[in-house]
Amino acid sequence: MDSSETIPEFRKGGASKGGEASLANLSAFSRGSGMASAKEVLAILGVAVVVIGGIELALRFFNVPQYIMPTPSAIAYALFTDFPLILPHLGDTLVELLGGFAIGACVGLILAAVITQFPFAEKIVAPYILILVTTPMLALVPLLILRFGFGYTPRIIVVALASGPMVMINAATGFRRVDSAKIALARSYGANTLQMFWKIRAPMALPMILVGLMIGAIFGLLTAVGAEMVGGGFGLGNRLTTYSSMIQMPQFFAVVVILSALGILIYTIFFLIGKKWASWEA
Amino acid sequence: MNVTVSRSPKLAVKAATKVYRTASGDFMALQHCSLDVHRNEIVSIVGPSGCGKTTLLRAMSGLHGLTEGEVMLDNQKITGPHPDIGIVFQEANLLPWRDLDANIRFPFEIKRERPDRQWIEHLLHSVGLDGFGGKYPRELSGGMQQRAAMVRALALKPSVLLMDEPFGALDTFTREEMNRLVESIWLDTRTTIVFITHSIEEAIFLSDRVIVLTGGPGRVAREYPVRFERPRSSEVMATREVFDLTNAIKRDIVGERESRLNGSAPQREATS
Repeated sequence: MDSSETIPEFRKGGASKGGEASLANLSAFSRGSGMASAKEVLAILGVAVVVIGGIELALRFFNVPQYIMPTPSAIAYALFTDFPLILPHLGDTLVELLGGFAIGACVGLILAAVITQFPFAEKIVAPYILILVTTPMLALVPLLILRFGFGYTPRIIVVALASGPMVMINAATGFRRVDSAKIALARSYGANTLQMFWKIRAPMALPMILVGLMIGAIFGLLTAVGAEMVGGGFGLGNRLTTYSSMIQMPQFFAVVVILSALGILIYTIFFLIGKKWASWEA
Repeated sequence: MNVTVSRSPKLAVKAATKVYRTASGDFMALQHCSLDVHRNEIVSIVGPSGCGKTTLLRAMSGLHGLTEGEVMLDNQKITGPHPDIGIVFQEANLLPWRDLDANIRFPFEIKRERPDRQWIEHLLHSVGLDGFGGKYPRELSGGMQQRAAMVRALALKPSVLLMDEPFGALDTFTREEMNRLVESIWLDTRTTIVFITHSIEEAIFLSDRVIVLTGGPGRVAREYPVRFERPRSSEVMATREVFDLTNAIKRDIVGERESRLNGSAPQREATS
C-alpha cells in the first residue's frame, strides 16, 4: 500500500550505496594490522624463529634430499651468494610489471570513469570486461611471442591485459557508488559535471580504486612471471624454469622468496596509500 | 527595502503538482499545493511520512522540478538550484573525506569564490564548533555534524534556508539543543527558514507559522500561526496554549490519516 519506497529518496540507506560488497575492501584489510607493541613484535619474531627453525631441523633430521626441499639456511645462503646473478632478472621483471601495470591501470581507470557515466554503454561493454577479467591472459602469451618476439613487448602487453580489467572493474564499482544526497549537495551549489566528478565521484570512488590498483598490480606480477616462464631468456620466471631444470633448488627457492617479497611490497605500498588517502572509509 | 517588496512573499509555491513515474505506476506526491513564505519568517511544514514534505522542499530548492505549478523566489520563477537558497539535508551530509574546514569551504570551491573567513569564524563560534576545523566528520557526534552542516549552508549567506528534517536522527536532548541553536541563528541573521519536520513540538517551538500537510496526494490542510515571543523559554513551551495547539495539529494529522485508512475512497491516484 505504502509506495513511498518506490520514490527516489535522498538517503534512507538501502540501494543508495552500491558496491560495498566487492572483491576486497580497504577497511577489511586495514584491520588488525596496526602498530604492534614491543611485546607483539617479540611474539611474532618468536613464532617465525620456531617455524623456520622447526622446518630446518625436520629437514635435517629426516635427511630430506636438497632436490626435493632445500633447508631454509640453504635458501638463505643461495639468496645471499646468487643475488648479484638474480638482480638483473629482478630488474627485467620490474620493468615488465611497471610498464604493463602503468598502461593497464591508466586505461582501466579512464574506461571506468567514462563508462560509468553512461549506464547504457556500460551494459553493452560489461560482458567483454567480464571475459577479460576471467580469462587468464597468460593464454595469449604464445600468440604474442609469435607476433612480437621474445623481448619485453609481449610481456608488457600481457601484464597490461591482466591488470587493466582488474583495475577497471573495481574502479567502476567505486564510480558507480552514487550517494544521491552528496550529488544533490553539489548540485545545490550549481556544480558542473567536471566538479561533480573531481569533488564528489572521484573521492568517493578512491577506496575502491586503490583496491583495484592493488589487485591489478598483484595480477600483473603473477602474469609477468608466468609469461617469463613461457619463453625468453630473462626475468624471474625464466630463472625459476632454468634453476628447476638444473635442479638448483636453493636458488629456485631464493627466487620464490624474492617474488613473495615483491607481492608483499605491492600490498604494503597500497596499504599505506589507502591509510593516507582513504582512511575516512574505515 | 521598499514596502511593496516586503509585502510580496519571499518564497511562493503556486499550485504545485508532482507525479513520480515509477515501475508500479504513477504516484502523485503533491497536488495543487500552494503556500507562501514571507521574508524573515520561520515556517514549519509538518505532516506524516510520505505526505510529500520532502518533495515540496526539493521543489522549493530547485533541485527537482514540478509536474505542474511553480515556485517563485522574490517573484522570480525558480528553474534550478539557486545561490540564494541554502539547504540543510536530512543527515548532516558532510563529505567524509574532508575535514570540517574543507567541508565548509566546499560551496566556495564549487562557486569559485573566496570564503568569507570572518563570517565562517563567526558562524562556527555561534554553533560552538570553534577549534574543530581539523576534525573529520566521523570524529564528530551527530549533533556536531549537523551543526557543521548548518554552518556550511549559511556560509554563503543565503536569504532562504531550507531544512529537511535536519534533526530527525538525533536524540531528544540534542534535538532541543539544536532547535535553540536554530532560533539563536535566526535571531542573529533573520534568514527566512522553511523547516520540514514530523515533530509537532519542534515545529511550534521554531515557527511563526506551522503548515500541516496531508498525504495521498500531498496538499496544505491547515495553517496555524504561532505568536510567542522569542526566544521561547521552556516555560512558554509548557503552557496550555502550546498544549492545545499541539493537540489541534495532531488531530489534523491523525484524523486525516484515520479517515484515509478507514476505507474512505483512497485519494492516491494512479493516473496511468
